[in-house]
Amino acid sequence: MAKIIVVTSGKGGVGKTTSSAAISSGLALRGHKTAVIDFDIGLRNLDIVMNCERRVVYDFVNVINGDATLRQALIKDKRVDNLYILPASQTRDKDALSMDGVERVLKELADDGFEYIICDSPAGIEHGAFMALYFADTAIVVANPEVSSVRDSDRILGILQSKSRRAENGERVEEYLLLTRYNPERAAKGEMLAVEDVEEILATKLLGVIPESETVLKASNQGIPVIHDDQSTAGQAYSDAVARLLGEEVEQRFIHAEQKGLFKRLFGRTA
Amino acid sequence: MSILDFFRNNKKDTAAVAKERLQIIVAHERNQRNQPDYLPKLQQELLEVIRKYVDVNQDQVEVALDNAGNCSVLELNITLPDR
Repeated sequence: MAKIIVVTSGKGGVGKTTSSAAISSGLALRGHKTAVIDFDIGLRNLDIVMNCERRVVYDFVNVINGDATLRQALIKDKRVDNLYILPASQTRDKDALSMDGVERVLKELADDGFEYIICDSPAGIEHGAFMALYFADTAIVVANPEVSSVRDSDRILGILQSKSRRAENGERVEEYLLLTRYNPERAAKGEMLAVEDVEEILATKLLGVIPESETVLKASNQGIPVIHDDQSTAGQAYSDAVARLLGEEVEQRFIHAEQKGLFKRLFGRTA
Repeated sequence: MSILDFFRNNKKDTAAVAKERLQIIVAHERNQRNQPDYLPKLQQELLEVIRKYVDVNQDQVEVALDNAGNCSVLELNITLPDR
């Protein structure tokens, strides 16, 4: 049976699409047949982050409306086998995602043998975000260590616990926190909310901490999900998060400030 | 670390301020979230009934639902105008 995972946050710009691209790639790299769907109707971006923007012919709304088959719309990733992208439509009709239509597409993917379906949610709590989370079995709430993001994450957790299909059936969506753009040095100095603080406020299981890293922008510049860069801390952190998502016990890394030696302390700033 | 830094660290760090503010607002919003959807409408309709007899306005009627274990208490607080 396919597992439906929503990547959501409430607030925009915290790294939902970056995380969706990395996590779906990570699952496929481990051999799982994975589809990743862009729910941001009107503001399609997953395609450009995953470097398939010039291969989009049909989109999610075309499939829902019956203008194209799912097979025609799915774009096969060029880097990893087993990974397929369903791009968002650029229509301005925000109600184009009907609940029946979304359910049909998810079911067809499941029947097609997909093991994981990643739903990349738009920002906000409007229709698109609601459709992305409604059918989810698992939710990855992406947050930055910053007040507005944490507050919005709590709102989204509330919606998952009351408005999702699982909630309506008296079940729970499995919720995880993914803290991105984390800077352990600033947290150690008391300039940034520490991972423990965010965990405590949101009372949600930690999937991983992605350290702030230059490689994240470099990766999206080139359309290569950052998880492919196994030399970078962000890439390694996403790999760990994928392992935890698959039920493996992996110790948290990148959450504590590096102990700097005298040499680094003196010359570290210029490095 | 310079001597100046040592004194600066004595100030309450901003992350602690952020955490405290978040804990307060999140608790407040969670509490509101648990209120039933009918509460605003109930308040409006009660207000209309009371207005038939006394001249009160919206902010003089408070409706709150408290959950204590398996028992819920609907609290109604109406401030009557001075005669």
